[in-house]
Amino acid sequence: MWENLQILGTAPVFNVQLLLNGLTIGAVFALAAYGLALVWGVTSVKNLAQGDFVMMGGYLGYELSRHGVHPIVAIVPVAAIMFGYGWLIYRLIIRRVIQLDLFTSLLATFGLAITMQQAMNLAFGPDVRTVKSGFGRFELFGGMVDITQIRVIAFGLCIALAVAMILFLRKSRMGQAIRATAQDPRAARVLGVNTDRVYAMTFSINAAICGAAGVIIAMIWVLQPFYGIAYSVRAFVIVTAAGLGNFTAVIVTALGLGVIEQYSGFVLGAQFQQATVVGLLLAILIWRQIQLRRHRQALQ
Amino acid sequence: MTRRSLALHLAILAAGIAAPFLFPAHAVQFAVFWVFVLFSLTWDTMGGQMGYNSLGNITFFGLGMYICAIVQIGLVYNVGEYTAATGAIKVDFTDQQYFAGLALGLVLAGVGAVIVAAILSWILFGLRGPYFAIGTLGVAIAAAELTSAWGWVGGGSGIAMPVFPGGPGMRERFFYAACMVAAMLCYLFLRWLYGTRFSLAINAIRDDEDKAEALGLHTARYKMVAWSVSAFFLGIAGALFGNMTGFIEPLETAYPTLTFGIFMVAMTLLGGKGTLWGPVVGATLFYTLREVTWTYLLGWQYIALGVLIIVNVVYFQQGIMGWLKTRKPHWFGVRVEGKPAASAGTDSRA
Repeated sequence: MWENLQILGTAPVFNVQLLLNGLTIGAVFALAAYGLALVWGVTSVKNLAQGDFVMMGGYLGYELSRHGVHPIVAIVPVAAIMFGYGWLIYRLIIRRVIQLDLFTSLLATFGLAITMQQAMNLAFGPDVRTVKSGFGRFELFGGMVDITQIRVIAFGLCIALAVAMILFLRKSRMGQAIRATAQDPRAARVLGVNTDRVYAMTFSINAAICGAAGVIIAMIWVLQPFYGIAYSVRAFVIVTAAGLGNFTAVIVTALGLGVIEQYSGFVLGAQFQQATVVGLLLAILIWRQIQLRRHRQALQ
Repeated sequence: MTRRSLALHLAILAAGIAAPFLFPAHAVQFAVFWVFVLFSLTWDTMGGQMGYNSLGNITFFGLGMYICAIVQIGLVYNVGEYTAATGAIKVDFTDQQYFAGLALGLVLAGVGAVIVAAILSWILFGLRGPYFAIGTLGVAIAAAELTSAWGWVGGGSGIAMPVFPGGPGMRERFFYAACMVAAMLCYLFLRWLYGTRFSLAINAIRDDEDKAEALGLHTARYKMVAWSVSAFFLGIAGALFGNMTGFIEPLETAYPTLTFGIFMVAMTLLGGKGTLWGPVVGATLFYTLREVTWTYLLGWQYIALGVLIIVNVVYFQQGIMGWLKTRKPHWFGVRVEGKPAASAGTDSRA
């Protein structure tokens, strides 16, 4: 551990490498977390199948690219298919749990996550898969640091998607309806917003974003049917840390988490990467708890 | 206890005792059934009676398993050397060493789980609703990850448990009996507990925690005790289960968040949460379903499980006992004026 820290001290270029890797992977986390925060804020459903939506999008992209579609182009049809899938899931499951207590929605989406994982496992097998995008790599600092071109493109795509989402929510009629419903569903209904349709749109948009993130993951990282839960956990860590309703904070936290994860993976060893994320989640929850306790002092 | 209920209890006891003699080849599977009953009973104490839905109760199961293993081995050998050899050391435990280790291990597994539950309750009970569920899920995942990175207890490659000294068939029967006794003790204890003031307090926490606190209940203490009760029985169940399987490792046996950890929730919801018999009925039905799907739908069993959870949660919220309570209220000692069927729909929240 200390040797690894010393390497970082003596050869600062490694920091650049870790930073670049962290930012590119963090951008994908940002998309998944952004979708989660959107659904959470509007429908108050906590979607535990978030990561599995990502994986499903990745596998759809994988399947399309096997039929000769370039993965970057495949993002569009995959997002469209995932949008339809999200609509279906909303009609079948989410619609019925919105009114019920919060744990119900958590459990229902957990059941969905198990089903999706296993279905993907049956369809594609448990092997790790990746999609070739056919780009080269950039070398910086005389070859000390290298980064694949696709990662840079992926980072740009993530940012573009996030910006498009923010513009959609700000400018479009539907986006305004979504924000109104998030603020006060009853008032929105009184003012003529079809909240059921808004919920359906929100959930489907989330599925589409996850699908796009999945294709990007397939290009810069790997796909595996059971990796979905890792993305779900990360999305939850990010949203709990950043809070709802502040999308800029979500994106910044996601990039930060990506970087922290790369550093902990390098310093502590790769087997602690997952434990770091979970540890971070617990640390945030405990910190919130201490804050709350200070708040409750007045009551006691 | 009425005569009919006494007869029911005795019938279950008799069936439990007869099962391993009638089907000796399936003793271990039947033992797993009793562990399932214990799982859902302890989950219901938290999730059903107190309204705190934990997704990480499995932590105590794994904790008990590992504590017991360390005690059993540590009494005789150096644990680090034993696990480093991964079964290469042929271990000879005398009968006395084995049973002394097992007894001490069981006690310490229960006590250790209670201590950890008390510490965790300080950290986690400030969280409510879904945050609590996610926090506990995080604890379970973290426990699994940390255990598999901890070399002294064998890390990801696990521990081969000491070999049971008895003859062939004895081991299965012994652990079957132990699991059955553990589940029944758990049932009897909870049955007693739900008749006391304590159950009123935790039900009040479920219904409205702020009001309960405002009325002077020390909610934090009640929550800690309720979780400790769950943890105690889960720790013992883990210790027994580890010895029964003979080999333990962190991800699949000790902290199986995605299998046992979810089964306990699914079973309780299936049977109807917040009732004493709901978890038992749910565990029985779930166990039967699981055996059927694992046998006839291999490969599809987890899809069946996921669909079961979704359908159960989305379309059949009240569970079997809750459904029975609305359809047949007179079975539960509720007198209904007029036709029973007419009032069925009106009081669906009971």
